[in-house]
Amino acid sequence: MGRSPQQQTLDLFIGIGLVLVVATIAAALLKRYVARGAAHGVIDNLRARINAWWVMVAVIGVAFLFGRAGVMLLFFFASFAALREFITLTYTRRADHDALATSFYVILPLQYVLIWTDWYGLYSIFIPVYAFLLLPIAGVLAGDTTRFLERTAKVQWGLMICVYCLSHVPALLNLRIPGYEGRNALLIVFLVLVVQSSDVFQFIWGKLFGRRKIAPAISPSKTVEGLAGGVLSATILGAALWWITPFNPWQAALMALAINVMGFFGGLVMSAIKRDRGVKDWGDLIEGHGGMLDRLDSVVFAAPVFFHLTRYWWT
Amino acid sequence: MSLVLDRLGAAAICGFARVLTGVRALWAGGAPKAGPRVYYANHSSHGDFALVWACLPQDLRERTRPVAGLDYWERDRLRRYVAHRLFRAVLIDRNRDARREDPIRKMAAALEGGDALIVFPEGTRNVGDARLQPFKSGIYWLAAACPDVEFVPVWIENLSRVMPKGRILPVPLLCTLTFGTALKLQEGEDKDAFVARTRNALLALSPAEM
Repeated sequence: MGRSPQQQTLDLFIGIGLVLVVATIAAALLKRYVARGAAHGVIDNLRARINAWWVMVAVIGVAFLFGRAGVMLLFFFASFAALREFITLTYTRRADHDALATSFYVILPLQYVLIWTDWYGLYSIFIPVYAFLLLPIAGVLAGDTTRFLERTAKVQWGLMICVYCLSHVPALLNLRIPGYEGRNALLIVFLVLVVQSSDVFQFIWGKLFGRRKIAPAISPSKTVEGLAGGVLSATILGAALWWITPFNPWQAALMALAINVMGFFGGLVMSAIKRDRGVKDWGDLIEGHGGMLDRLDSVVFAAPVFFHLTRYWWT
Repeated sequence: MSLVLDRLGAAAICGFARVLTGVRALWAGGAPKAGPRVYYANHSSHGDFALVWACLPQDLRERTRPVAGLDYWERDRLRRYVAHRLFRAVLIDRNRDARREDPIRKMAAALEGGDALIVFPEGTRNVGDARLQPFKSGIYWLAAACPDVEFVPVWIENLSRVMPKGRILPVPLLCTLTFGTALKLQEGEDKDAFVARTRNALLALSPAEM
């Protein structure tokens, strides 16, 4: 292509900005002519989603300006907010205090330090092995056996989802791909853009053509038509973005397909947990729009798979 | 100068409490209102009154005083400074035999002076598994002394998990404060009826158990 990574990143952000401008105008027209300015569930939700996209793109853009440190910090805080939402909705007792403090103040920062220093051998097993063994020890020393296994398992699950899996997004910066030096940030853009656009495409396809529900007991808004149309559209988008990746177009399509499928099931799993806890959203970080985990549920499930597929075949 | 310091200190405590707990205030029983009122809340952490205080709009906060135990807050200079200068606390002596001032009189005087109060009718912090301990009768005697004052129930959710009794290091979980509908002592209402009514109004704000 002959364009530098910085130019490519800028091109992408300008492209995304244009899409958002069009979406914002379209939603404003819908509000004016279809809803006639009155409250309208679907259109208002659409507008809230578009506004959230503006904020997300701005935040990611600013983080990119600060390079590797900016990206690491961004995902560190995302993990923090996600873990806080997860543990808030989890049953814990006073005896869990030490285990929780350790999770927030030791394990979470340490995982990101390990990613920062590129210690692959440790960051890939730190939480699944060491936190897994040490946290129940901290718990058992507190002496409270009420619902012990349940409490221990849930804290571990929260760490896996909110810290371990999510930290694989900034870990993409560490991959050494021959001929792709200095461009790794674009892998993050590819992952986030494909997964998040899949959510948007599924929403649109589902609203327009949705008939058969996939999992009415878990997420009544998810339909077969929405899933197929959304995943297909986002896969095509992924293939069209091959020029920012180390993949060729059909490889980019397969990668996009893999992360879309993982992202879809991630959303489903996280919905099942919310349903079990009797809540609609994980939090209210973004007004009227749920919390950090509501935005990241699909990214969290897609990130480690994308990381390892890329690492296995391209490094 | 020291007034500026006091304000900065108070703002710092509020900011810290808000950031740490990501606290959300729900005014379920109507918008915040100025004037003498009594906010009464469940009590499970030392941070309770700071959080209620931090959640009030600033103009209300400046006229709202927590009611706290003299024995704890008079113990050293830092605590005395925090209690008297930052929060303008109404300190009451919990020792029945040794005290020289009537706590109810002291609280009523603050209300008559136009201030609002934050009280914890359970008396001590709740460390057990019960949602809410029995109320002490003080809430009734205060209402009897000031029958025109409104009592606003405030349910504090999760702060006991952030900073349980005996722990110093807080865990950053999300807290919610729910302000309920104000209630007053009714004509002819006796002590047990009023204590039960205020307690039930507070319990009604608590979310279902996990």
